[in-house]
Amino acid sequence: MGAAVRAGGAIEPQGGIVGTIRYHQPTGADAVSQGTASNAGAPPHDAQIRVELLSHPTYISGVRELVSSICRRIGFPELCCGQMALAVDEALCNVMKHGYEGREDQPISIGMHVHEDKGGSDHSSIRIVIEDRAKQVDPKSICGRDLQDVRPGGLGVHMIREIMDDAVYEKREGGGMRLIMSKKNPSQGSSCGLAGGGQNHG
Amino acid sequence: MADGTLQVGFETQGNVVVVTPQGEIGYSEATVFRTWLRKAHDAKTPRVVVDLSKVDYMNTPGVATLVESLQIAKKAKTRLILCGMNEKVFAIFRIARLDTVFEITPTAADAIAKA
Repeated sequence: MGAAVRAGGAIEPQGGIVGTIRYHQPTGADAVSQGTASNAGAPPHDAQIRVELLSHPTYISGVRELVSSICRRIGFPELCCGQMALAVDEALCNVMKHGYEGREDQPISIGMHVHEDKGGSDHSSIRIVIEDRAKQVDPKSICGRDLQDVRPGGLGVHMIREIMDDAVYEKREGGGMRLIMSKKNPSQGSSCGLAGGGQNHG
Repeated sequence: MADGTLQVGFETQGNVVVVTPQGEIGYSEATVFRTWLRKAHDAKTPRVVVDLSKVDYMNTPGVATLVESLQIAKKAKTRLILCGMNEKVFAIFRIARLDTVFEITPTAADAIAKA
């Protein structure tokens, strides 16, 4: 199984291409620092880093490593880096399982836009956009289940919304869905701004 | 779906079955993990201990297999005890508010000793 780098941003099935990573210099103002994902100034495709992959679960771990590494580089607390990677993992699982219904050869595109605070590390932020060509659903129907109802499944969307500052689903023009997520660097030492502190089990 | 690289230890200690997964429990590995958990319940011991000390990473498909396992245990009137979670794995249970639903101990020894 090989990998290849190619130019171009459209998400199309590419036989034999299992993953593509592109970096480019951002242009214009930073969108993440201007507001939440839903009202960010830059369009979703204005990413500094773009990863294109097929909908095969093998590739999720690589994306997770990349997200975690970027968050660490811009000064996010360690636990938060892992949780950011988890949010992206959950989003990809949902696309593969529900969107593409287990088909492993369908296109997924991930765009990342980073704002790094050069003067410190606690005002950096990241916006992550995940796009697919899967069946479209009403964005309002995408919601986490009631946590009081303890049963397997239905936790992924809840995880994403708990971890990220903002997570918005929308239909893509021409087919497929788009998830726009953003996160500002929580204060150092916090557990990604989530309720609760360290371990208290036992 | 690929099976991933999850390895699972399986041991019976008296009236306790100890399941010890090693590696990551993600989308690909959850199916394999579920198979081992079902095997543990099939042993019909009063307690099943899942030692997560060698699990580096888990996502919600992994958590879902444990919720399913808990439901099987409750139905059979047996106990499922989780132990050895690292901070990252425990955070997932906390976010999902499952940290109060499961019986959780710091180590496998604690879980095995628990009456």
